Amino acid sequence: MYWEQEKECLARPELLQLQLGRLKKTLRKVGATVPFYRNAFSKLKLDPGKVKSLDDLHRFPFTTKQDLRDNYPYGLFAIPLREVVRIHSSSGTTGMATVVGYSKNDIANWSDLVARVLCGAGVTADDMIQIAFGYGLFTGGFGLHYGAERLGASVIPISAGNTKRQIQIMQDFKTTALVCTPSYALKMADVMMDMGINPNGLSLRFGLFGAEPWSEAMRVEINERLGIRATDNYGLSEILGPGVAGECRECNGLHVNEDHFLIEIIDPDSLEHVAPGEVGELVITTLTKEAFPVIRYRTRDLTRLLPEPCPCGRTFVRVNRMMGRSDDMLIIKGVNVFPTQIESILFDVEGTEPHYRLIVERENNEDKLTVMVEVVESIFFDAMKKQRAFMEMIKKRMASELGIGVDVKLVEERTLDRFDGKGERVIDKREL
Amino acid sequence: MRVEQIAVFLENKSGRLAEITTILADNNINIRALSVADTADFGILRLIVDDVEKAQNILKGGGFTVGKTDVLAVEVADKTGGLATVLRSLHSAGINVEYMYAFVNKTGENAVLIFRFERMDEAIEVLLKDGFTLISGAQICAL
Repeated sequence: MYWEQEKECLARPELLQLQLGRLKKTLRKVGATVPFYRNAFSKLKLDPGKVKSLDDLHRFPFTTKQDLRDNYPYGLFAIPLREVVRIHSSSGTTGMATVVGYSKNDIANWSDLVARVLCGAGVTADDMIQIAFGYGLFTGGFGLHYGAERLGASVIPISAGNTKRQIQIMQDFKTTALVCTPSYALKMADVMMDMGINPNGLSLRFGLFGAEPWSEAMRVEINERLGIRATDNYGLSEILGPGVAGECRECNGLHVNEDHFLIEIIDPDSLEHVAPGEVGELVITTLTKEAFPVIRYRTRDLTRLLPEPCPCGRTFVRVNRMMGRSDDMLIIKGVNVFPTQIESILFDVEGTEPHYRLIVERENNEDKLTVMVEVVESIFFDAMKKQRAFMEMIKKRMASELGIGVDVKLVEERTLDRFDGKGERVIDKREL
Repeated sequence: MRVEQIAVFLENKSGRLAEITTILADNNINIRALSVADTADFGILRLIVDDVEKAQNILKGGGFTVGKTDVLAVEVADKTGGLATVLRSLHSAGINVEYMYAFVNKTGENAVLIFRFERMDEAIEVLLKDGFTLISGAQICAL
């Protein structure tokens, strides 16, 4: 099942030709309108007008999340604000958030790209889609919503949270497709059991999951427990949101929407391309974005190309499900969390370099983050009421700045190991 | 009027209290009074000792998180209602107790109540006005 068959099954030579044309246009556009790119290109004496092949892109510089932050909020927009019809923002503290914009055409493309992903998973206009991603600045909710509407399916925009109500609605409204994070799907299965609801009695057939790393074992469990076919989809707000890539019914890797995105897989240390099939960091260049084009964006997501043709007939290359991160970002309940965010909150309340450790676990199919903090004199109180109020204050601050609830555990001084690398401060016990 | 108290942060791990008291004993520091407030994960140990400076330095050196706070020590006759009269006096003046603990001195005639207030100066004023006896750290150690 295809949404735009002529595009999704375009012969490779024609696809590469289309990509080259769009790449040239994008490079010329950002070189002319975005000072950040103009300066970066001129520093390297790169002329977008002289690009002759897709390989020429490799001479152009990478764009990083830090570049996006440095140009907060609108510095990388390639069109005037009055032509921007939508703003989204990635999770993160106010200081660390990244802002992206969409033109009317961007929204239209976004809708089609997500419709492709839905179609690829087997969803049709006859389906009732329950979207349990948050609606708001996060791209997940709206992205899937547009795609589902574009497809002509019926949308239940329930947003995230309130699991019992989700299940009640799923039962009463006869939901056939569920959109959420894979761990939330498993949580729903748990809650259904508690409520005495047999998933086989529901109308549910499809699950489209994304926004966090998962595994084949989780897919098998979801499929068995909910009696559905679970497919993976991938996207990131810096590039578009959902709709960058999605699995077809073969459930064997995600097709990248290559007519809109050019991908590379690099070694995160040497920054050179890895051999086809080798694991590396996914780098994406947008080919059609108007408001927020990005050149060679380092996603920090690790994956590998699956170069063999797919039996589904799509010619778009597949990538493996995301296999991890090349930085220390954690994805907790679908929210991006950097240890540095927690560090800066602790630094702020302690007034000194904090010693802490982060423990990530999955309890009852729900991610749980515990921050262990060594108690120094500045955060130690002789009255229990004050000590507890202090803990509550940190919890609240972390919840509001990180966007997820955390548990705080106070430990004695000098009991946490000292590390040189900040990545070692994180103990991720989740077994996916 | 005020008495210096040290507070130590303790994780709820077996043997921690024994460790602290051993360190103090090894350094000839005498504990005059103590209390522990605890939750499932951690506790706050409060101590009145005969050498506050030394105890603080030794415990810090031993890797403990130590704080120093002023508390008040009220001496009352060790008989029924002794504590109640003090608390009534504070209550009628609208002064809240943050925490308190008590001990009876060796002769068994008097009890010593250790109080921590948020508004220490006001508490001192009220207690003196109502005729209670406040004793110093040196006096506690001499008991």
